[in-house]
Amino acid sequence: MSFVSVRDVFQSYGNRPILERVNLDVAEGEFISIVGASGCGKSTFLRMLLAEEQPTRGAITIDGGAPAVEPGLERGVVFQKYSVFPHLTVRQNIVAGEGFQTASGRLRGAKRREALDRADAMLDRIGLNHVADQYPASLSGGMQQRLAIGQALTAKPRILLLDEPFGALDPGTRLSMHQFLTELRAETKMTVFMVTHDLEEGFKLGDRVLVFDKPRWDPHDPGAFGATITYDFDARDRGIPFQRILDLYPSLARAS
Amino acid sequence: MRLINRSPARPLAVALAAAPFVAVAIAYAIGSEIRLAANPADKLLPAPATILDTAIRLFTEPDRRSGEILLWRDTAASLLRLLGGVGIAALTSLILGMLIGLLPYARRGLSGFVAVLSMVPPLALLPILFIVFGLGETAKIVLIVIGITPFMTRDLSQRVLDIPHEQIVKAQTLGASTWVIAARVALPQILPRLIANVRLSLGSAWLFLIAAEAVASDVGLGYRIFLVRRYLAMDVILTYVIWITLLAFLIDWALRLLTRKAFPWMEAGL
Ligand SMILES: Nc1ncnc2c1ncn2[C@@H]1O[C@H](COP(=O)(O)OP(=O)(O)OP(=O)(O)O)[C@@H](O)[C@H]1O
Ligand SMILES: [Mg+2]
Repeated sequence: MSFVSVRDVFQSYGNRPILERVNLDVAEGEFISIVGASGCGKSTFLRMLLAEEQPTRGAITIDGGAPAVEPGLERGVVFQKYSVFPHLTVRQNIVAGEGFQTASGRLRGAKRREALDRADAMLDRIGLNHVADQYPASLSGGMQQRLAIGQALTAKPRILLLDEPFGALDPGTRLSMHQFLTELRAETKMTVFMVTHDLEEGFKLGDRVLVFDKPRWDPHDPGAFGATITYDFDARDRGIPFQRILDLYPSLARAS
Repeated sequence: MRLINRSPARPLAVALAAAPFVAVAIAYAIGSEIRLAANPADKLLPAPATILDTAIRLFTEPDRRSGEILLWRDTAASLLRLLGGVGIAALTSLILGMLIGLLPYARRGLSGFVAVLSMVPPLALLPILFIVFGLGETAKIVLIVIGITPFMTRDLSQRVLDIPHEQIVKAQTLGASTWVIAARVALPQILPRLIANVRLSLGSAWLFLIAAEAVASDVGLGYRIFLVRRYLAMDVILTYVIWITLLAFLIDWALRLLTRKAFPWMEAGL
């Protein structure tokens, strides 16, 4: 039984198909990179994983549960922009990851102090201790995205969705963000979906790289068909498959 | 260098800001001088010195009949009405704006109604208000509320809608309920806009207040101006006008200060 299962998912806006017949099985802890041409429906796919919108046909389930009807704690998200709250300080943004779950949206007393301690630990981990009391607008783009990821992780989601999270960063900052994300993943073993326009980034970070494209193409009406997953690359071991086949099937080694 | 790229240095900037005030003062002084030279009993443009005398008298000398200083009484009465009306309008528009901006059901139900309501000319309703609420305080406060609430509601609901959708989605993924999103995400970001709206609406609020006081009242800044108009007491009218302007300026300045002190995050990016 796969962890995330996408079954025959279609999505169209009005009568314009965007995605058609998308099928996907993802195991827990896998890192899925998603690439594809601009406007082919990558963000749409992510929005459906997030349950921000419902597919017109088909269903998406996590761990065999019922398909979600709205975004919730199960799914964390980081967008390219606007993923943190501008009116909260960096520390408050992290604490919000716990406080927003309560009825009043605020933690009080001992719970609050514990959450603040955890927030400081998280800030330490994402390297934002020194700006804990500043507002997001005064941070650099890379710091804002680190904050957004830290905030999402504080809520302990089962899957993390990233829509071009490093798209607006310079190459150097991007590299350090890769490092950061790789470390976080090693610690948390979270299932991650990341949309990117950078193939190299996709292969470097992902266990699998999915390519969205239109399998059918009508030259007289480019909008006639939707996109689907046309390739599903194994990106582990630097994209060279079967490197660890002997670990998986030790009997093969004995045979040789 | 192009004109659009040239800006004055500090001393010149101050001088430029002061120039229109000085020009008006000088023009008035000259006009008054000319008229008074022709007819010393002229009431239309009293000399600046006369206005100053009148102002001192109005601010300090109690009324012979009531023993109270009328100007302060007028000021207190008018400010109470103004702040009452603006306060009620601000609260109403905040609640309606949040409802319309956040809840699709409220949006469907209310936004068209508010849009139409904002087209009704409030002053045309004044007679109705006097008939319904009588000549007391209620009618005046209600006129201010009716006059500025629809506009403020429309603007605030639009501002709530302008909050990036990503933030609303993000809050949901952190487990926030509708109430928490309203109280912890939308409200704090809308409050500065509410204050900005109050600042913008104060001009209209003064207009409605003075209109209502002019029509039916027995105390108030607007009432006094229209009362002494019968005696052509320009010195009193001008003192009151300058006083109202000063009050309006002070309120505006206080609100601006409040915005800067209360919402430090707004300036974080600058
Ligand atoms: N709410 C919507 N209503 C109508 N059309 C939409 C809506 N959202 C997206 N679309 C359309 O669906 C198509 C896919 O959009 P989507 O944002 O998923 O593309 P994308 O692959 O993420 O592109 P990019 O790489 O530029 O981010 C686009 O043509 C877009 O115009
Ligand atoms: Mg996109």
